[in-house]
Amino acid sequence: MTVALALEQLLNGLQLGVMLFLMAAGLTLIFGVMGLINLAHGSLYMVGAFACAATAAWTGSFWIGLVASLIAAAAAGAIVELVVIRRLYDRDHLDQVLATFALILMFSEGMRWLFGSFPLYLDIPPLLQGAVPLPGGTEYPVYRLAIIAAGALVAFGLYLLISGTRLGMRIRAGESDREMIGALGVDIRTLYTVVFALGAALAGFAGAMVGAIQSVQVGMGEPVLILAFVVIVIGGIGSIKGALLGALLVGVTDTMGRFLLPKLMALFVPPAQAGMIGGAAASMLIYIVMAVILAVKPRGLFPAAHA
Amino acid sequence: MLSRENLVNLVLAATLLAVPLAANALGQPFYVTLATRIAILALAATGLNLALGLGGLVSFGHAAFFGIGGYAAGILATHGFSGDPLIFGLPGTNQMWVIWIVAVVVAGLVGLAIGAISLRTSGVYFIMITLAFAQMVYYFAVSWPAYGGEDGLSILVRNQFPGVMTMRPLSFFLICYVILLIGIGLFALIRASRFGSALQAARQNEVRVATVGIEPYRIRLTGFVISAMMTGLAGALFADLNRFVSPSMLSWHMSGELIVLIILGGTGRLFGPLAGAALYVAFEYALGGLTERWQFFLGLILLVVVLFARGGLLGLLAGKARHG
Repeated sequence: MTVALALEQLLNGLQLGVMLFLMAAGLTLIFGVMGLINLAHGSLYMVGAFACAATAAWTGSFWIGLVASLIAAAAAGAIVELVVIRRLYDRDHLDQVLATFALILMFSEGMRWLFGSFPLYLDIPPLLQGAVPLPGGTEYPVYRLAIIAAGALVAFGLYLLISGTRLGMRIRAGESDREMIGALGVDIRTLYTVVFALGAALAGFAGAMVGAIQSVQVGMGEPVLILAFVVIVIGGIGSIKGALLGALLVGVTDTMGRFLLPKLMALFVPPAQAGMIGGAAASMLIYIVMAVILAVKPRGLFPAAHA
Repeated sequence: MLSRENLVNLVLAATLLAVPLAANALGQPFYVTLATRIAILALAATGLNLALGLGGLVSFGHAAFFGIGGYAAGILATHGFSGDPLIFGLPGTNQMWVIWIVAVVVAGLVGLAIGAISLRTSGVYFIMITLAFAQMVYYFAVSWPAYGGEDGLSILVRNQFPGVMTMRPLSFFLICYVILLIGIGLFALIRASRFGSALQAARQNEVRVATVGIEPYRIRLTGFVISAMMTGLAGALFADLNRFVSPSMLSWHMSGELIVLIILGGTGRLFGPLAGAALYVAFEYALGGLTERWQFFLGLILLVVVLFARGGLLGLLAGKARHG
C-alpha cells in the first residue's frame, strides 16, 4: 500500500461525500422547513442526470446540459410539490413515505418510458478531461477534483443563501416556527414550493455531475438516496451543518473502508477469504458507524432544535 | 350476529380458499400459485402490521426479516442437498418445519438487534434507521459470494413436509393458507391481550403508558421482535414457493411493498394485509397483462389511495374501522 494510493482513495471519498452533501442538504432542508420525508428525492437526482445527458447529446455541450439539469430538476420538484407534496404536509410520516414511494414508481417507470431501458452516457467536458499528478507518482482525474470543488462552492453558496439573504431568513424562520411566520404574513405556500424546488435543483445538479462518471440509468438515485438518509440521520435531521459533516464522514468512511478492510483482513486470513470478508464488512461499515453514533446520540450529531 | 367487517373477512378467507380449489379442479395450476403468493405476502404483511398497525412503528426495513427467512430456507436446503455440514458440524435439512423454526428464530434475533437500536429513536428517524439496517443486510447478501451473492440461490427441490406432497401446487398452497390463518389468529389474540393493549396504548399516548408504570421501549421491542418473526416465516415460505432466494427479497422495494399491502387493505384491520395482498397481486397480474408499464399505474393507484381513500379496500367494503 502506498501513500499515493491512499491519497487517491481519500479524494474519492471526499468526492462521494460532496455529492452526498448535495442530496442530503435538500432532504434535510425539506424536512427541516416542511417536516416532510421525501423518498422521491432520488428520482429528482435521476431527472437531473437524464436531463443533462439528453441535452448534452442533443446540443453537444455538457455545460448546457448542466443548466438543463438544474432547470429540469427544479421544475419537476416544483410540479410535484404543487400537485402532490402540498397535500402531505399535514399527514403523518407513513402517508408521506407511501405517497413519495408511489412517486418513485411513477418517476422510474416514466423515465423508462421516455428514454428506454438502456443507460445513457454522458461525456466529461473537454475542459475537465485529463488528470493531474498527485504527490507519490499517481495521477488523479481533473473531473473528480472539479466535482469536489463544485460541491464545496455549492455548500458555501448555500451557507451564504441561508445566513445572508431574505429567503434564507425565511427558511430559518420556517424551521423554527412554521405557523408563526405564516401568521406574520409570509406567503408560506410559495416558500414551501421554493424550498422544495431548491432541494430538487441540488439533487439534479448532483445527478448531472455524477452522471458523467457513471452511466445514467433508471434507479440510479436509489442507492444515493439511502446513503443520503444515513447522512442526515448521522448529522441530525434538519441540520445543514450536520448534513455536511455527516456526508463527508460517510463518503470517506465508505471509500476508505472498501480500500482498507480487505487489506486489514489479509493480515489475518488467506488473501481470497480476506477479499470476501473485507468486502462484505466494508459494505456494512457505514451502517455500523451509524448504529454506534445513534446508540450514543439518538438524535444525531447536530440535532435540530425542534425536530 | 356477524358485524359487516367480520362478514367481509369471512368472504375474503373463503374466496382465497375457493379460488385455488376451483383452479386446481379446472387444471389451472397458475392460479393456485398466484393464490399461494397472496397468502404468503399477506402473512408477511400481517407480521409487519403487528409493528405498524398496532404499535405505530413505521418499519421501512421489514424486507430484512422477509429475506432472512428466505435465506434460512435457501441455505438450509442447499446444505441438506449437498450434505456439507452447515455450522458446528450440524447438517442442513429439507424438512420445512425445521426450516420454519430456524427462520423464525434467526429473524427474531436480528429483529431484536435492529429493534434494540432503532427503537431508541422515533418518528422519521425510526423510518430511516430501519431502512438503513435493511440495506446493510441487503449489501451483505450482495457482497457475500458463498451463497450466490447478487445472483441468488436456487432451491433445487421444494422442501418436504411430513405427509404432504409439497411439489403439488395445491398442497403447498394449503400449507401456506393454514399458516396464514394461524398468523391472523395470532394477530387477533395479541391485539386482544394485555400486551396488545399496552402496545396500542404506547402508540396512542406514550407518556400515559409510562405514567401507569409500563415501559414503552420494552413493549415496543417485544412487538417488533414478534413482528420480525412472522415476516421471517413468510420469507421462508416465499423462498420455497419460488424455489429461489435472492437479495431482491431484501431490497427496500420489498419493504415498501409490504407497507403498501397494509395500506391498500386498510390500516389497523385484522384482514387488511390479506385484502391488500389480494388487491396487489391482482393489480400486478391484470395491469401486467395490459401494459409493460404497470408499475407506473401501480404508483398512480397507490398515490390516489394515500391521498384520497385512506381506509383502503376494507374501508370501502366494511365501513370505518373501530379503532383509529
